[in-house]
Amino acid sequence: MPDTILVVVEQREGKLNRVSWESIAAGQAIAAATGWTLEAAVAGGGVSALASEVAAKKVAKVYAVDSPKLEPYTPDAFAGALKQLLASKQPKLVLMPHTYQVRDFVPKLATAIGRTVISDCIGFKHENGKLLFTRQMFQGKLAADVSFTSEAPWFVTFQNGAFRGDQAEAGTSAAPIEAVTVDIGEGVVRTKPQEIFKEVKQAVDLTAAEIIVSVGRGIKEQKNIEMAKQLADALGGEIAASRPICDSGWLPMDRQVGSSGQTVAPKLYLALGISGAIQHIVGMKGARAIIAVNKDSEAPIFEIADYAVVGNLFDIVPPLIDEVKKAKAGS
Amino acid sequence: MKILVCMKQVPQKDAPLKLNDTGAWIREEVSYEVNEPDAYALEEALRQKEKHTGEVVVITSGPARSQQVLREALAKGADRAIHLEDSAFVGLDAFNTAKAFAAAIKDEKFDLIFTGLQSDDYGYAQTGVILAELLGWPHATIIMQLEKTASGIRVKRELEAGFFQFVDMPLPAVLTIQSGINKLRYATLIGIKQAKNKPIRKVPLAEVQSAIGDNLQKIERLYVPQKTKKTEHIEGSPAEIAKKLVDKMRNELRVL
Repeated sequence: MPDTILVVVEQREGKLNRVSWESIAAGQAIAAATGWTLEAAVAGGGVSALASEVAAKKVAKVYAVDSPKLEPYTPDAFAGALKQLLASKQPKLVLMPHTYQVRDFVPKLATAIGRTVISDCIGFKHENGKLLFTRQMFQGKLAADVSFTSEAPWFVTFQNGAFRGDQAEAGTSAAPIEAVTVDIGEGVVRTKPQEIFKEVKQAVDLTAAEIIVSVGRGIKEQKNIEMAKQLADALGGEIAASRPICDSGWLPMDRQVGSSGQTVAPKLYLALGISGAIQHIVGMKGARAIIAVNKDSEAPIFEIADYAVVGNLFDIVPPLIDEVKKAKAGS
Repeated sequence: MKILVCMKQVPQKDAPLKLNDTGAWIREEVSYEVNEPDAYALEEALRQKEKHTGEVVVITSGPARSQQVLREALAKGADRAIHLEDSAFVGLDAFNTAKAFAAAIKDEKFDLIFTGLQSDDYGYAQTGVILAELLGWPHATIIMQLEKTASGIRVKRELEAGFFQFVDMPLPAVLTIQSGINKLRYATLIGIKQAKNKPIRKVPLAEVQSAIGDNLQKIERLYVPQKTKKTEHIEGSPAEIAKKLVDKMRNELRVL
């Protein structure tokens, strides 16, 4: 019997998180490389429709782990339920997307069974029959190939965008769905979550902007943001920022691009004084074109930039504003 | 409230990193600093102590150099520190680091344990959650707000895309703290002076050796990432760069 890869997809309030298709694509790629069998699981309260959605993909089987105790999400319930699923199905490799929810429970689940998670991976290698998982370290400055030195099940989470959801192959026919009952006893769930809500009245939808001028710590002071705003205005684009700028209150939270803010894919993303920390990159690496300006030639942002300007943004932005205005005026 | 803050020393953000001879780690002759998310965790603990009285204890594991992180924390207002001092701790995976911490604090009675949400060197975001499971405590991650309630605490979890969620939970608990939860304070001169008299308990590797085991995962190799993107460098004077960029925007990117 070949080993099994189990992809645990993510859902919230009855809707599949689209990043789940990336996890399926990852599972399919690893299955193709290793010859292992790919299965999937969805956990929640009332997941049969979601299980059918997943079953349309090329997977051998889908487990519907259904319990009212799994709605709303809590780490105690999810770790408890999935621990039972894993004990029953014994997969070799468990894949999940590196979402905030997965980060909240998968280390707990792994620890409960004496296992480990290689998290936030951006790819994998299959060398001489050994699986290695590639991940970024030191905020993207170096990459690491990591192996498991422990027994199965092995847990891996993949970074948003490491695989393409649209490459999750459809199955030729619907995969069989197996309902899985789990027992989450009284007193297991110790946390009481309230309603999920959005904090800021989102004044701007950055996902609709074709051009984004984004500032990071390199902007140095709040008053310098005015210059970046002028560039954004000249280009007919929107101003955005990395997390530290919004944490300092220099721009409102709805201008934040990154894992905690908005994920954008504009025609042009102009990164000014942004180093390229992973939490920021995941929010903008899908941009059609990236121009990065940073005085540090080693800044990780240059790994993903189409055009790199290693220099002082305070010297470069003012003439850039002038040139943009000239170009727009038709000269 | 008795709060433990787990802190880590990491290479400075702009430190130039070189691979060591094994090719599986870096040369450690770089400048180090406190892991930024941990600084926010410490700040939150100090604020909770100021609000509710209590004690803030800081803990770290690593070689002698990592004591700096504890000294800075004591200077900011932490009451005492625990140093698992041995360079061997650097090579432990998150699972074993959490086991070492759990062993070091087994005789303490904390109400809360904070960690930063992740480290800037590994970026795994696991140690706090693993520690909660080892201790059998409830936990919550990526916390942006914390309030004491009659039954324990109410925390505000940050979710993706600007969403948040309040969660009520009992104590004791482990929380991983998000950057930006508060504004970091600077140590005062008085604080730095007082820190010299605050106790730092040294915990040698031998004391926790029985609690830790072999690593469950291994970095096989570390390397400079291969570039998949073709990056064009735009050079010249600022005026020349500006002209070239506009030329690209107009003719190649077609956004002007």
